[in-house]
Amino acid sequence: MTAHTLSVLVENKPGVLAHVAGLFSRRAFNISSLSVGPTADPRVSRMTIVVDGASTPVDQVHKQLEKLIRVLKVVELEQDAAVERELALIKVTVRPDLRADLLDVAAAFSATVVDLSADTLVLEAVASPGKLDTLLARLEQHGTCELVRTGLIAIGRGSETITDDMPGHQPMAAVAG
Amino acid sequence: MQVTGAQALVRSLESLGVDVVFGLPGGAILPAYDPLRSSTIQHILVRHEQGAGHAAEGYAWATGRVGVCIVTSGPGATNLVTALADAYMDSVPMVAITGQVSTAMIGTDAFQESDTTGITAPVTKHNELVTSPERIPAAIAEAFHIATTGRPGPVLVDLPKDVLQAEFTWSWPPVLDLPGYRIPGEPDQEMIAEAARMLHRASRPVLYVGGGVIKSGSHEALMELAEITQAPVTTTLMARGAFPDTHPLALGMPGMHGTFAAVAALQEADLVVALGARFDDRVTGRLADFASKAKVVHADIDPAEIGKNRSPDVAIVGDLAATLPRLTEAVRDLVADAGPTDTAAWVEQTAGWKRSYPLRYTQASDGPLKPQHVVERLSALTGGDAIIVAGVGQHQMHVAQHFAFTKPRSWINSGGLGTMGFAVPAAMGAQVGRPNDLVVAIDGDGCFQMTAQELATCALLGLPVKFLIFNNGFLGMVRQWQELFYEERYSEVHLGTEIPDYVKLAEAYGCVGLRCEQASDVDAVLEKALAVTDVPTVVDFRTHDAEGVFPMVPAGHANDDIVLGPEFTAAEQQAAARKEVIA
Repeated sequence: MTAHTLSVLVENKPGVLAHVAGLFSRRAFNISSLSVGPTADPRVSRMTIVVDGASTPVDQVHKQLEKLIRVLKVVELEQDAAVERELALIKVTVRPDLRADLLDVAAAFSATVVDLSADTLVLEAVASPGKLDTLLARLEQHGTCELVRTGLIAIGRGSETITDDMPGHQPMAAVAG
Repeated sequence: MQVTGAQALVRSLESLGVDVVFGLPGGAILPAYDPLRSSTIQHILVRHEQGAGHAAEGYAWATGRVGVCIVTSGPGATNLVTALADAYMDSVPMVAITGQVSTAMIGTDAFQESDTTGITAPVTKHNELVTSPERIPAAIAEAFHIATTGRPGPVLVDLPKDVLQAEFTWSWPPVLDLPGYRIPGEPDQEMIAEAARMLHRASRPVLYVGGGVIKSGSHEALMELAEITQAPVTTTLMARGAFPDTHPLALGMPGMHGTFAAVAALQEADLVVALGARFDDRVTGRLADFASKAKVVHADIDPAEIGKNRSPDVAIVGDLAATLPRLTEAVRDLVADAGPTDTAAWVEQTAGWKRSYPLRYTQASDGPLKPQHVVERLSALTGGDAIIVAGVGQHQMHVAQHFAFTKPRSWINSGGLGTMGFAVPAAMGAQVGRPNDLVVAIDGDGCFQMTAQELATCALLGLPVKFLIFNNGFLGMVRQWQELFYEERYSEVHLGTEIPDYVKLAEAYGCVGLRCEQASDVDAVLEKALAVTDVPTVVDFRTHDAEGVFPMVPAGHANDDIVLGPEFTAAEQQAAARKEVIA
């Protein structure tokens, strides 16, 4: 899979997520992950969408997203030029004789223990998706019994921001005839 | 001043210059129908909501203005879905107003509730559920702005009953708040210059003209471009009338049922200039083999069409109304500096194809009535001076092929979605929009029965629309595919010619009903129909049931596999496969 990360600023209005999700299903685009949250501007939400470039024409995704009226801006973040992170909560079964190894693995990935029971623990890990996959593979040896991931979020490196030169960031003052 | 949401809706429509809406009331939209009574807006009461939608489309196609329809919640809105999808596929500017259950009831599975914005999102350019009355003027104004600018399309505004009933302080004009709406700006001059150089250099250019030329009002600019470049012109199903079929450079329609000359010219071209066209599968055939010798210039207002199906060598994003005159100017400059284009041999070759492999059918004087003959007689008797509306299927292709279109907005049909049942209500809308023009709907018997109820609306309005039914007793196009691709195993395509009796049906609806069963009567029946000026006329043409539409490129095949059909000999077909000129 060639993952492409799109950062999408949308108006924070009802139905926007449905329009975006509907576009993906209608045009047979495959989403690998989708995360949504607020931005510093309460009128604007930010979606991070990862699509598989091998099965989905990324240029078409980009252009079709831009056609949605409530979509303000679409930026493709190149992997090298962006910080990409994903948070995972992982419930792992713990055998007493392997507990030390498990904690060593967690420490190596800067994952922290956020819950503990007699025979399980929950790890919280924040990492790039690739590193997270490595951690999960390693934890398989212990027995992962539940997993939840947020989906990728990403931000461009350097001083540029996504709202630089954003067309119509201020509400357009066009008047009807 | 205080107004209700309903009054605000009607005032907004009036302020935007709307003079006619097509609709049908119901519970949730009831509040809007009260102020509509005393409005300057004419409301046309249809018999089915789908009819309101297609009528709004026909009005928009014929006039270039926004078609407006208004229906109630739930089934009213779902009945409109086909028309919205149709308008979306064919980029028809349309605004649909739907009633909705009161905001407090939304989500409770209330009576006549449906998730209208959810259902229609994939088939509208935009939609909005309005949740406060103050929002109505801006929502309506934005809907018109979005429907008519950029690539046109349908916009739906969903209005809950309590929002229509609530009062607020009226204010107009509203401020449009569309920060994410992008209308393409000026076309790139560098790209235009490059396209002009390619056109000037090309020895086998073809102008591949789509519906965008008509929508942008660029037919005159197209004529100038064609004449300065001397490039042959093919007009797609959506663009019939954008370039006169009578012009020496006109090749007719391309694609699955296109003329041999148009199909072959695109296959052999060294340059294809796509103008407001979208490389639809019905035009390209198997995409990988379409115009494979050609470089491509693609000019379109929708950036998402660029590279969607065919990657162009030069892309010009923008309104053709700006692009075409500049492209013509740039070619003119090159011609002034370096001499005229050299396409004479190419134009002669395409003319040879036109002579060698014309659209051909045989009307025996005592044989079964051929639909093509009716179309040709209509074309001759009207001199092309009519608005022709079609449904979908064989009749549609026969009209698109055989009627000599000479003017834009004289051809209205369902192109992209292929909606059977489009013709009757669309013709009604066209006649409402252009009351002084002759409107002729040509429909199949299968199509006609899907929306024939609007004859009542037409009759009560005294609209003199001519409805010509090509009654072959079959779902003809499906029958043709079963004949060709399913070894004549006809499955569920026989409708019968006798039920209903279309003459009696016409009379029951207050229309004039006529019947024509043989070729020698066609002129007299058509003249009789054309003479009626106060009510609709329905003509039951008993056309030959085994008549196919040819040429034909079988679905999924390369356009080089074009089949000329039974009117041509095996030797002619073989010569055509070699693209030889034989006449």
